[in-house]
Amino acid sequence: MTQTAQREAQSGQDVLGGVTEFVTFNVGGYMFGVPVLRVQDTLIPDRIATVPLAPPEVRGSINLRGRIVTVIDMRRRLGLSDAGRPAGNGMGVTVESGSELYTLLVDNVGDVITLPLHLREANPNTLDPLWRDLAGGTYRLEDRLMVVLEIDRLLDLRAKN
Amino acid sequence: MDDLLNEFLTETAENLSALDVELVKFERDPTDQAILGSIFRMMHTIKGTCGFLGLARLEKVAHAGENVLGKFRDGELQVSPEAVTIILRCIDRIRQLLAGLEETGSEPEIDSSDLIGQLNAVAQGQATPVAAPVATAPAAVSEPPPIVSDAGFPVAAELLLEVEMARGSGVQGATDAMIEAEMEAERQREVAKAAPAVVAPALAPAPVAVAPAAAPVAKAPVEQSSGDPKESALAAASIRVGVDVLENLMTLVSELVLTRNQLLQMVRGQDDSEFKVPLQRLSHITSDLQDGVMKTRMQPIGNAWSKLPRIVRDLAVETGKKIELQMLGAETELDRQVLELIKDPLTHMVRNSADHGLESPDQRRAAGKNEIGTITLRAYHEGGHIIIHIADDGRGLNVDRIRQKAVQNGLATEAEMDQMAERQILQFIFRPGFSTAEKVTSVSGRGVGMDVVRTNIEKIGGTIEMNSVASKGTSFTIKIPLTLAIVSALVVESFKERFAVPQINVVELVRTSPRSETRIEMINASPVLRLRNRLLPLVSLRKLLQQESTESFSDDELFIVVTQVGTYNFGIIVDRVFDTEEIVVKPVSPLLREIPFYAGNTILGDGSVIMILDPNGIAAAAGQIASAGKDDKQVAATSHEEERMSFLVFRAGASEFKAVPLALVARLEEIDVKTVERTRGRHVVQYRDHLMPLVPFDAGHQWKTEGKQPVLVFSEGDRSMGLVVDEIVDVVADVMKVELNTAESGLIGSAVIGGKAMDIIDVGNYLTRAYADWFAPEANHAAPATTRALRRALVVNHSPFVRDLLTPHLAGAGWHVTTASTGAEAQRLTESETVFGLVVTGLDTPGFDAVGFAQRLRGNPSWANSKLASIAEDSDDEETTELRNAGFDLCLSKADWANLVEELRALIADAASEAVAAQEAASAGPDTKVVRVRKRSSRGSRRSNAQKLAAE
Repeated sequence: MTQTAQREAQSGQDVLGGVTEFVTFNVGGYMFGVPVLRVQDTLIPDRIATVPLAPPEVRGSINLRGRIVTVIDMRRRLGLSDAGRPAGNGMGVTVESGSELYTLLVDNVGDVITLPLHLREANPNTLDPLWRDLAGGTYRLEDRLMVVLEIDRLLDLRAKN
Repeated sequence: MDDLLNEFLTETAENLSALDVELVKFERDPTDQAILGSIFRMMHTIKGTCGFLGLARLEKVAHAGENVLGKFRDGELQVSPEAVTIILRCIDRIRQLLAGLEETGSEPEIDSSDLIGQLNAVAQGQATPVAAPVATAPAAVSEPPPIVSDAGFPVAAELLLEVEMARGSGVQGATDAMIEAEMEAERQREVAKAAPAVVAPALAPAPVAVAPAAAPVAKAPVEQSSGDPKESALAAASIRVGVDVLENLMTLVSELVLTRNQLLQMVRGQDDSEFKVPLQRLSHITSDLQDGVMKTRMQPIGNAWSKLPRIVRDLAVETGKKIELQMLGAETELDRQVLELIKDPLTHMVRNSADHGLESPDQRRAAGKNEIGTITLRAYHEGGHIIIHIADDGRGLNVDRIRQKAVQNGLATEAEMDQMAERQILQFIFRPGFSTAEKVTSVSGRGVGMDVVRTNIEKIGGTIEMNSVASKGTSFTIKIPLTLAIVSALVVESFKERFAVPQINVVELVRTSPRSETRIEMINASPVLRLRNRLLPLVSLRKLLQQESTESFSDDELFIVVTQVGTYNFGIIVDRVFDTEEIVVKPVSPLLREIPFYAGNTILGDGSVIMILDPNGIAAAAGQIASAGKDDKQVAATSHEEERMSFLVFRAGASEFKAVPLALVARLEEIDVKTVERTRGRHVVQYRDHLMPLVPFDAGHQWKTEGKQPVLVFSEGDRSMGLVVDEIVDVVADVMKVELNTAESGLIGSAVIGGKAMDIIDVGNYLTRAYADWFAPEANHAAPATTRALRRALVVNHSPFVRDLLTPHLAGAGWHVTTASTGAEAQRLTESETVFGLVVTGLDTPGFDAVGFAQRLRGNPSWANSKLASIAEDSDDEETTELRNAGFDLCLSKADWANLVEELRALIADAASEAVAAQEAASAGPDTKVVRVRKRSSRGSRRSNAQKLAAE
């Protein structure tokens, strides 16, 4: 895959400056990354128990080895349509925030890639305000763009309104 | 040099450098309590650590210094420049000793007895050097605690000091045991302080004194100078365990419980399973283990309160106020972690109440209040929550000042303020930044850090509510979930999703279907259920959780979970009901915390995640109870909160609304007018194999010729009566407060219910129109002129019908009515300080010993003027005599309602006039037996006359 090539190309950068490893995933055709250190788990969610009256972004809860994890529907959170949503529940990227676990429901999970900090670029000014709030910069990869997501802001549903 | 000593030296060096700064300030202002406190703590720490490490010389110096500082701090000793100098010299000496210690690894040979002598002299408030120390047997020591090295244990020196101290404080002599106990206690306190409150099985034996040949036993009662023996015994019986160890244990037990449940579910239904017996054992052990682990985490809330009396006392002294702190429910247990988190907010709020909430004695006198201000702390459990109530009877919050300040701070505009209710304005004190503004606190009287208080409470998933009445006081209600509890819960299904309802709130389950007797009926879009001659308000879970937009009960079969919150009952409509399961309550995700209907979530035995419903939240959302704790039994017993009643509102006759207590209404019917028949000038209808008389509310009622006629059905036993009305409007819950009595028959009075003035009908009157012998027709009773519910009446009866029937009568006559359905409840209510002027008891109330009850009340002088009445199923002359001897003023029979109501009315009037008379002339003896000769109504039954005669 291209990401692998990317990583090989970038690996020489380690000595020069800080690097961050990202877990990448796709939602609605876009590529996103979250720092690997924040990720607890990637999984295919089995039974998602819906929670009536929950905000639309909250898909429900799952049981992750005895812990109750809130599932966030990333398409909803990013304001994307349901067009092209994979059959089934898709995949989940479980992250920790505060002492709580959240599973981000995404279309599919990609590779883990290592990217140097200095290549991270600020968000384009024209970015949709919703995304601008959630994005902590972008990377220009060889063939596509990867948006870095700020997990804590992502999970603060109140800030959105 | 060992690590421990190294650590000690580093720590002490840090402390001393901090002390340097403090000391400069201390010298400048020796009265500053905060500085003094921090110096004291440092000195104390040094002393304590020295004891551990066996540094006898250092400890002696520090101990002597601490004594002086302690007396400064407690105000027993005036701070004088000489004393300060000596303290400074003491610190210098500690430095010196430490320097030597660091160099050589052992204590330098510096004689400090002169300095210690001086310090002790100061501590005893005298300038002269102390008398020669009393010798004591140095061998008289018990086995020292394991941590202390044998060689360096500074027993003799310490003892010597203690003896000196004791003599100084007027103690004539003390046994070695006492001294030893005190030493031990002091050490234990050190340990306890370092590890606050971890209780576990005993390890260290209680300190035992040896040396029987030593000093003589003091005969005079000796006031121990310090150390509570009980406390030390408790501390000795505990070990330190890290909280994370317990936490981990708890998680494991939770998992074990879930696994056990899973196993049980697998075996269920297989009678011949070989696993059955061992599984049962496993189940028991798991339960015990669970209880045990839970206990390690639970602590009485009193632990968080222990410092409050002192704080309040100090504040009272400081501000010149008189304050009484009442603490109720200190034994209520809650999770240790939660306890730690609420400790500071609680302290803060009590301090606020004492400092700002309560007025000075002069102000209180001027306002006509008791000059002693009261702060009440009350804690109790309620449906998986712990409720903490903090109330003061002070001046209340200054709304105008808060409004002004909020506008000033730009939190809201004047225009917005005008739109706000007072309650909303008060909420501003929770705004961050608002409270820290200096002027608000001094003028409005409250606020520093209320935002912090709220944040802390919300952090643990709690809520805080506030109520303030000008010049009456302010109260806060904190509701905290018991987050780590394992509870038993009923699993239900609504719209294909499962939920858990805490078993503690579930009263019973009812199955309904459109075809059966029990079915859901609607009153203007509000579903209700007839349950044993009562109407139960219902809440549909589907609708509440917006699982479907429209409400329809066409389904074949529905279940109703009859739920109790406080004293309020309501039903939750669900699709299916499963088993009861033990569940581990896990807090809901922060993202879902704003939904009021969930108390938590949990993982079931089969691994699925479900939400736990919060009956309090559901009841509140259903608009039935206004605020938490209002209906709680404990509150009812101790406070004068008024009970809410549900009323059925209907229209009949004139256009204004009429209301009747919902509890009295057995059913609501719509009767086809064609089925109404007339017999002997009365309207009747065939109803459930009986003829039911129909009585129009309005005498001039125009009977329709076709269509449906709404009817309220009242029934007792197998007798029913239908009250014909024009329209059934609504069901509302409100406090029964009769505003205006009326002489008009058929009405009890008018009241404001749900914000509208309505007539409350006297059901009794209509019942008698249907059955002359049910209730004899009543004459126009002019109710006593006292319209305010100043006097309190208690109705004890197991039958809700009787209770609800009597309540309006009494309320209408100006009584404030409290009801009890069991003997135990009656007992509890009458044991509180409230004296009821009138008690009406039902003899067939379960667990109720009428004779004993009356004797007990009559034995209490404050009940001497109260009226006691009893109602029996049927009269029995022998029993009547016994009851009268026990102190009942009136014995009535339920079989004779006409007489009962009349007698009661007369008794009420008596009690009222007597209350007045008693005030006017306090001369009336407590034994004035009230047997009144009254012109009897000709309608009074023969039986009751005979009964009356027999009694007289």
